[in-house]
Amino acid sequence: MSNLTDLTLAEARDALKARKISAVELADAHIQAMEAARALNAYVLETPDKARDMARASDERLAKGQGGALEGIPLGIKDMFATEGVRTTACSKILDNFTPAYESTVTSQLWRDGAVMLGKLNNDEFAMGSSNETSAFGPVANPWKARGSDAVLVPGGSSGGSSAAVAARLCLGATGTDTGGSIRQPAAFTGIVGIKPTYGRCSRWGTVAFASSLDQAGPFARTVRDSAILLRSMAGHDAKDSTSVDMAVPDYEAAVGRSVKGLRIGVPKEYRVEGMPAEIEALWHQGAEWLKAAGAEIVEISLPHTKYALPAYYIVAPAEASSNLARYDGVRYGERVSGRDVIEMYENTRAAGFGAEVKRRIMIGTYVLSAGYYDAYYVRAQKVRTLIKRDFDEAFAAGVDAVLTPTTPSPAFAAGSKGSADPVEMYLNDIFTVTVNMAGLPGISVPAGFSADGLPLGLQLIGRPFDEETLFATGQVIEDSANALAKPQEWWR
Amino acid sequence: MSVDAATVRRVARLARIAVKDDEVAHLQGELNAILGFVEQLGALDVADVPPMTSVTPMKTPLRADVVTSGGEPEKVLANAPVREGDFFVVPKVVE
Repeated sequence: MSNLTDLTLAEARDALKARKISAVELADAHIQAMEAARALNAYVLETPDKARDMARASDERLAKGQGGALEGIPLGIKDMFATEGVRTTACSKILDNFTPAYESTVTSQLWRDGAVMLGKLNNDEFAMGSSNETSAFGPVANPWKARGSDAVLVPGGSSGGSSAAVAARLCLGATGTDTGGSIRQPAAFTGIVGIKPTYGRCSRWGTVAFASSLDQAGPFARTVRDSAILLRSMAGHDAKDSTSVDMAVPDYEAAVGRSVKGLRIGVPKEYRVEGMPAEIEALWHQGAEWLKAAGAEIVEISLPHTKYALPAYYIVAPAEASSNLARYDGVRYGERVSGRDVIEMYENTRAAGFGAEVKRRIMIGTYVLSAGYYDAYYVRAQKVRTLIKRDFDEAFAAGVDAVLTPTTPSPAFAAGSKGSADPVEMYLNDIFTVTVNMAGLPGISVPAGFSADGLPLGLQLIGRPFDEETLFATGQVIEDSANALAKPQEWWR
Repeated sequence: MSVDAATVRRVARLARIAVKDDEVAHLQGELNAILGFVEQLGALDVADVPPMTSVTPMKTPLRADVVTSGGEPEKVLANAPVREGDFFVVPKVVE
């Protein structure tokens, strides 16, 4: 094998099973790549010793003809997942050196199936951001650069460490969390695949909570097939999360390559937003043509409340965040800054421990939940959410199997270019992804092409609740037709 | 609706986040930008729409009312910023 880090996850899995490569050499190749790519700042904690130990154990199982679905596969883990004995911070100063005494359900299922942990990946602080610039560990660089430019671009967010690491071949796959687009938008910005499954498909137990009614875990990988393999291990019912759904997990990989003949793909006219670059519009049209050529039927649909999703999200998500983040008070874990009394201790701790974006969102959430404003803001936003979900329900009831949209309104932008004066400028990045979280639906972003200056662009497919299989089938058609899986130039070495 | 400086201080107090005097004006501007953005929801008539309580139609499961864990003070206290024996230490709360 020439370069072990260039294998897809499926290829590596098959080579490991056939004993053509060992888990230890695969782990070593990725550890080397990870250590040579510190300029990207994708990993906030490298765990090479743990990776080698886990890989050795995988090799022992493989030698005996045993091993799980991910035996020996090296993965990166977003720092939002609690990992037993391994520092977990949500990339916030307030968690300091927090070392969990427990493992999140999603990661425990990856280890159960034999995966190998390379380390913890960078993200926006508490997953609040669309550019990975709010992390207490500093920003992540996108492995991609525009043709003829040396400017550092953002890898998207909040799972920017995950997207950069997978795109740069620093792991074969990674975990992410998606509250408003935090898996799909970074996947689009880095030319890889990311799927947010249906709300309730993956357990939230042991993942740091941001907005509990919106948060869902999902995988990043370089192909649709690889993401299907990962999701099967991550998904499943968990008695420790009362919102996780007790439904059997299908063999998602079996849906990859399934025919899309006769499927009805909805193209919502409301996603044709003002100021959208012509190349995004053209790519979207091209995506519909690809699916049509594969036998699907393209229908124009209307999702009339689309434009209200983002403002409603910026009430619901901060409200839930203000409640979830109340637990960071300097008493049981994390950083503490003393004060004259207990209240001042809380206030000083939270002022020093939270970054600017997190404070803004906690304060907005506190305001919209405060006496006298609750009905005007929070209840109204939850009513709008009902309308957004109803739009999708009606489209699906009318026979639409999946909805095709662009993932983002632009390719990756330059670091430091957005949101410094007006936070809303950054929020607009999630305009196409946030509706999916508001309605609890599954959504996948698949690499579909490149901008005029050579930056990756993604298309999003949105499915019926718990029909991730149709997303893998349609996503594979986009992947095959676009032929847009590419490797960025290794400028960081 | 927009917030004034006094409201920013009140909300910060409710959120238990210390805000310095020279941060108030900046925060006020940012909060008002967000509140201005969400104002467009007022254009919708939602009088007869029920607020969403769950995206998936499911009943909240109930578990057996039994002790499932406990007796692990070292694990619980391992990350404490300040501890004494098996207790978290906080500033005096009751005079």
